[in-house]
Amino acid sequence: MEPARGVRTVDGDVLPVEAVGVARHNAQTPAYARLWRRFCRNKGAVFGLVVFLAIVFMALFADLISPYNPLIQNYARPMEGPSVDHWLGTDSFGRDMLSRIIHGARIALVVGILAVLLAMLIGVTLGLISGYYGGLTDTIIMRVMDGLFAFPILILAIALMAVMGFGVRNVIIAVAIVSIAPFARVTRGDVLAVREEPYIEAARLAGISNRAIIWRHVLPNVLAPIIVQGALRVSAAIITESGLSFLGLGPPPPTPVWGSMIAEGRNFIVMAPHISTYPGIALMITVVGLNLFGDGLRDVLDPKLKS
Amino acid sequence: MGFFILRRIGQTLVVLAIASIIVFTLMRLIPGDPIQIIMGSEYSKEAEAELRRQLGLDRPIVVQYLVWVGNVVRGEFGYSYLNHERVSVLLWQAFLPTVCLVIGTTIVGLLLALPSGIIAAVKKDTVWDYGSMGFAITAYSMPSFWKGIILIWIFGVYLGWFPIMGYVHPWVNLSESLWKLTLPSLTLGTFFSGLVARITRSSLLEVLDQDYIKAARARGVRHTMLVAKHALRNALIPVVTVIGLQFGTLLGGAVLTETVFTIPGLGRLTVAAILNREYQIVQGAVLLGVVFVVGVNLLVDLAYGFLHPKIRVQ
Amino acid sequence: MTETLLEVRNLRVAFHNEDGMLRAVDGVSFGVARGEIVGLVGESGAGKTLTAEAIMRLIRCPPGRISGEVLYRGRDLLALDEAELADIRGKDIAMIFQNPISSLNPVFRVGAQLLEAMTLHLPARRRTLRDRVREIFTHVGIPSAERRAQDYPHQFSGGMCQRAMIGMGIACTPSLLIADEPTTALDVTIQAQILALIRQLAAELGMAVLLVSHDLGIISQMCSRVLVMYAGQIVEEAPMATIFHAPAHPYTRGLMACIPDIEQVPARLGTIAGVMPGLRDLPSGCRFHPRCPIAEPHCAVAEPALRALDVTHRVACHLARRE
Repeated sequence: MEPARGVRTVDGDVLPVEAVGVARHNAQTPAYARLWRRFCRNKGAVFGLVVFLAIVFMALFADLISPYNPLIQNYARPMEGPSVDHWLGTDSFGRDMLSRIIHGARIALVVGILAVLLAMLIGVTLGLISGYYGGLTDTIIMRVMDGLFAFPILILAIALMAVMGFGVRNVIIAVAIVSIAPFARVTRGDVLAVREEPYIEAARLAGISNRAIIWRHVLPNVLAPIIVQGALRVSAAIITESGLSFLGLGPPPPTPVWGSMIAEGRNFIVMAPHISTYPGIALMITVVGLNLFGDGLRDVLDPKLKS
Repeated sequence: MGFFILRRIGQTLVVLAIASIIVFTLMRLIPGDPIQIIMGSEYSKEAEAELRRQLGLDRPIVVQYLVWVGNVVRGEFGYSYLNHERVSVLLWQAFLPTVCLVIGTTIVGLLLALPSGIIAAVKKDTVWDYGSMGFAITAYSMPSFWKGIILIWIFGVYLGWFPIMGYVHPWVNLSESLWKLTLPSLTLGTFFSGLVARITRSSLLEVLDQDYIKAARARGVRHTMLVAKHALRNALIPVVTVIGLQFGTLLGGAVLTETVFTIPGLGRLTVAAILNREYQIVQGAVLLGVVFVVGVNLLVDLAYGFLHPKIRVQ
Repeated sequence: MTETLLEVRNLRVAFHNEDGMLRAVDGVSFGVARGEIVGLVGESGAGKTLTAEAIMRLIRCPPGRISGEVLYRGRDLLALDEAELADIRGKDIAMIFQNPISSLNPVFRVGAQLLEAMTLHLPARRRTLRDRVREIFTHVGIPSAERRAQDYPHQFSGGMCQRAMIGMGIACTPSLLIADEPTTALDVTIQAQILALIRQLAAELGMAVLLVSHDLGIISQMCSRVLVMYAGQIVEEAPMATIFHAPAHPYTRGLMACIPDIEQVPARLGTIAGVMPGLRDLPSGCRFHPRCPIAEPHCAVAEPALRALDVTHRVACHLARRE
């Protein structure tokens, strides 16, 4: 039997390559196909993925697939129900609902994804540092996260917007700030567990710097729950953003945003319920889809971790 | 157990302190000079200096913070020039409706969530399970403000069963109060129940897999009692914790629900205050919201400690 | 002729899995007579625990499926409904498990759990049963029974938990106690005490015991008859002395050869080459043949049935002969 390839430590011992995290990560690659199969078995998750892709498609090609320009007003035909010309009817200004909903996907997605990416960047970094180094750094970071966490999301977002002013850019920042804490917590929790694994110890003994350890060994192994959290946070971000838009704090009219469209339609709920209803349905489908997708991801990724 | 209580209270105070610093910092970051806002456009240097001194704005920032905390603890939140009323009074008036809404929501939420979560777990992978969980996911994925509008349309306008706006204190007129609170509670309650149902289900499933359930079954405990007595007691403990954690989200939803149903609660007050640049109100309201959330979390943690013998009996 | 208490006929336990149907227990047949202590021995994964749990029908079906017959005093347990089963469990047949601490409900007091075990089956008054709780605790060796009954499981040590579990097992004087690896999770010194306790109670109550274990030492201390399991099947059944001194099946022989002789400490410990096959990769014919030192071509073709070498000795091997 040939000797296993090894990593020579400072003391001259040879540790098998399996003891080093990177090798473990590579050994996991063939399993991705299996994960995909398992994911597909969950019909809800597949639905979620389809919805997500559809939304992305709508956002990317909004200009191409919208029948009308969402901003053009037509006072001749306001508040019409669904018809051949306007599949989802028109709003109080005569604008085509379908086009506005399609364009609304753009804002929802941009805000959701950007905010979550930003939050992920900051939150995961904080979680990694906090979990890996521990001690006072950990305590301070976690207390601040607790402090952030104590705020009802929407109220904090509103307060932030009071400081920064309204508009898309600030919505993204506000939603991002509000989403940092969950990422930090989830990351830290898993880092605490991974930190005790033998291959981390082995890497440390082999003389690898802390930063390299975190980046190459710890991070790949805590990635799974972060991704799951990311998917779920995007749906939460979209809801928060639509809530802010509903209150009038989001992108100013006439930008088509689902939240503000619902708010506009509120006044006409009796005469033209479709103005509020359709954007709401779009919103709901998006969020349900993203949640199912996130759940599906969790079911696929977590049991693997548990075993 | 006593030590546990002390430790949790200590942690809570730390969190509150940090949260208050965040609130204070946020408010100080708001662009615009508060003096200008109060005095308008025409004022003299002397009057400005005088007002600045009066409001304590000429002292170092840390001192201002401490002064603010001192005032808050004494119940002094400032004065609203727009409403000609002390902020603390406004906050108190707004606090009660929000509390009522939250209580109504919690009741509706738990009544819906617990049975559906339990049934979904017990009848796992059947129609009951998928149906319950499907309903739960839909319930909490629906934006609450939209749900409110739809409920208003169907039950308020179309069917005319419930009033669609306003609020009455329960002690003023109980029946009308309940009637007016029904739709809002349903709106927020279904959202809340979605979250709780899922946690109930997964918690119960996890408990049902445990060794002690198998051992109890081996002793002859029947299925119903197995679930109702042996499993539930254990399964509900993490559910209680999650309820506490989700309370913040609930309060956020309350903001929107109050706007939709025109309930004069904290949420509406906050939003109006922001739009009117009444930052003292925003400061106070946000802080109050945080205290509310943190307080509930503390209660939940203490309840957890009480329910779990490992902590109760050291 | 001692009455046969339990007769298992052709027991099969299968599981639905994403990869298909896996047979974890495949055609197991044996009997337990009144008052005897029978050992079910095998490696981890051989199917011993599943066999024991299948007898009590504690396996979740679906995804599991149990077939065959399990006759307790003539009644087929697999044909009973849940209510009738619940009646028998705890009262006629009791079971204790491998991990005593996690087998107790953490939110109820230990005494209360024992009390419940009795109120389920015994018609006596609560007050009488409460006294009984104290008696049982003392009988199984839990000191300060009065105080201990008010404790929660996390306040008990592992050994004490197992004593409490045994107490719950014998509370309604069952005729059969199934003990699934009762000492695996305990210290060696506690192990001996628990085993002695089981032996003592079995003798006192005239109780039969089905002892499931992977530890040959425990089996040799306790059992009068031994069943050897391999890859979901019974490969040999014989009195204890025969198994240890004159085993017929190559697997059993291999197991015995692995036991180091304390008189002559060997240079290298004996092993059986290879690993027990997983459920997905079962070999054709005799399941042991890839690891068998005396395997012949025929062994890869036909599965050997469990046949009698003499009145008390059965083997599942084409090549086994009487010694």
